[in-house]
Amino acid sequence: MSHWIILPIVLPAILAPFLVLAARHHFGIQRALSTAGVLALIALTTGLAWQAADGTVTIYQLGDWAAPFGIVLVADRLSTMMVLLTAVLSLFVLLYAIGSKWDARGRNFHALFQFQLMGIMGAFLTGDLFNLFVFFEVLLIASYGLMIHSGGVVRLRAGVQYVLFNLLGSTLFLFALGALYAETGTLNMADLAVRVAQIDVGSSVGIRVAAVLLILVFAIKAAIVPLHFWLPSSYAEAPGPVAALFAIMTKVGAYAIIRVYTLIFPPNLDVTAGLHDFWLLPAALASISIGMIGVLAARHLDRLVAYSVIGSMGMVMIATALFTAEGIAAALYYIMHSTLAAAALFLIADLVRTGRDDLELRAQPPVSGAALTAGMFFVGAIAVVGLPPLSGFTGKLLILDAAVQSPLVVWIWTVVLGTSLISLVGFSRAGSVIFWKAEASPHPEDAERAPAPGALAYTAVGGLLAMLIALTVFAGPAHRYTTAISTQLFSPAPYIDRVLDTKGKLSDPAEGH
Amino acid sequence: MELLVASAIGILTSAGLYMVMRLRTFPVIIGVSLLTYAVNVFLFASGRLTIGAPPILNDAGTYTDPLPQALVLTAIVISFGMTAVVVMMALGSYLGADDDHVNDPAPESPQRPEEGDAA
Repeated sequence: MSHWIILPIVLPAILAPFLVLAARHHFGIQRALSTAGVLALIALTTGLAWQAADGTVTIYQLGDWAAPFGIVLVADRLSTMMVLLTAVLSLFVLLYAIGSKWDARGRNFHALFQFQLMGIMGAFLTGDLFNLFVFFEVLLIASYGLMIHSGGVVRLRAGVQYVLFNLLGSTLFLFALGALYAETGTLNMADLAVRVAQIDVGSSVGIRVAAVLLILVFAIKAAIVPLHFWLPSSYAEAPGPVAALFAIMTKVGAYAIIRVYTLIFPPNLDVTAGLHDFWLLPAALASISIGMIGVLAARHLDRLVAYSVIGSMGMVMIATALFTAEGIAAALYYIMHSTLAAAALFLIADLVRTGRDDLELRAQPPVSGAALTAGMFFVGAIAVVGLPPLSGFTGKLLILDAAVQSPLVVWIWTVVLGTSLISLVGFSRAGSVIFWKAEASPHPEDAERAPAPGALAYTAVGGLLAMLIALTVFAGPAHRYTTAISTQLFSPAPYIDRVLDTKGKLSDPAEGH
Repeated sequence: MELLVASAIGILTSAGLYMVMRLRTFPVIIGVSLLTYAVNVFLFASGRLTIGAPPILNDAGTYTDPLPQALVLTAIVISFGMTAVVVMMALGSYLGADDDHVNDPAPESPQRPEEGDAA
């Protein structure tokens, strides 16, 4: 059994306490180690993704216990794509945090950052629902620390909201897991898939409740309307690089929905009929509408970006809620795009903050390094709004194309195109007020101009934008890969067999699992 | 017994939800704690209710499902830690802002001056 799968979890888990214990007095060493750790993560996750690219499902049995009893980690195409995306995102975020010196404004930024990565990696790789809960908690508790990093009353206050909302979400998750366990007697995803398929439609009340509770939990994580209220304040008040890292956290919810509702409760299952198209799709349409209207209504740049995250999650969920192979493929492409784009925009919002009193959308004297920041904002906004030529446009086309077969196609096209226009207006207004009108407002004579952010900060944002451009240029291969992922998701038999048939300590060699 | 456990879960949940809706940090934290108690009892019940049986296979033949007990233990530890975190953060927020409301401050508050001046 190869130990590669668990390394993306173990490496940050070891590095984080090491940073706290051994390197706490040497900031340079912390930065170097943290960056080295993230680079190693990229190498590891690239290896895993390469291994999974031909459709191999690799599993790792913790403690060598066989699957339904022990906990397994599973690396298939979907989870390896998500861990690779996380690793790449975290590199740029970390570089920005170092370049803008955000990491020095509070204590233990790097350790918390590594713990956060550990939680996210674990959530993507685990093949067990209770283990997913535990990794959710790991990533949440690290995110609480990061969210209130460098303090301040407003941030603490937003942090309390964020923690309380997530505590309620965790409680709901446990209720869902209890209901699921009571109905099936297992929490292993592959085992659940087998057992849920055997449940008689007549006596399926409990499993229906469990399925609905579970989707509510993941919808909270993914900030789908009406469960999005925690997001705007917490993302807007969090430090810039932390908000950029959080761009992957809403995608953890989307990942969990895709995983659980293709594997355990697939769309053709009678027990959960109607859940996807009747409930999830309208909720997704509402998310994108409210998100984009929020973009238009926001008075502060950070809130504007936060609302655009809600809107892009709505877009991902529209494609996911179709639950067709094309839909999931489009959703995964859009997940890659929107994670990178949202992170870039959060970082740009943070660049704008340098040298301004606040992020309110009104004309203030030009910010330091305004020309470059304005150019980056322009590119980022094009990507998020979904104008050609960047990947947002490709992603939206794929989603619109996937929606053609749906009975709600008129609604989907209307809402997607309408909200694109609204967000275009919102972003143009924000950009023109912050960067253009700023030129007209005189700079006070005596005021000191804040120094422009360091080159490393610009490099990090530029790197994210370069990834977006790469995603656009290689849209063909990327879409072929996401199609391969969704093909694998819609024929889960190899996954289930691999997890349940691999022998472990408890297996009797004579009779399989 | 079923009635007792079920009504205990129900009462704890409804009391917890009521407290959560109070919108001030202390009642909300109490409410969340009540909800976690409710969910812990619920997790126990998910392994079927058994009286006086050990959570381990034995010769007597009666045993209770050990897995929910492991799940509950994990859930207790996590919810305890999380509650401690939120208490500290709520305390910090209350001492800093002199206000213990959970929701966002009203737009007229001092943190958002010059409202209406926006472009």
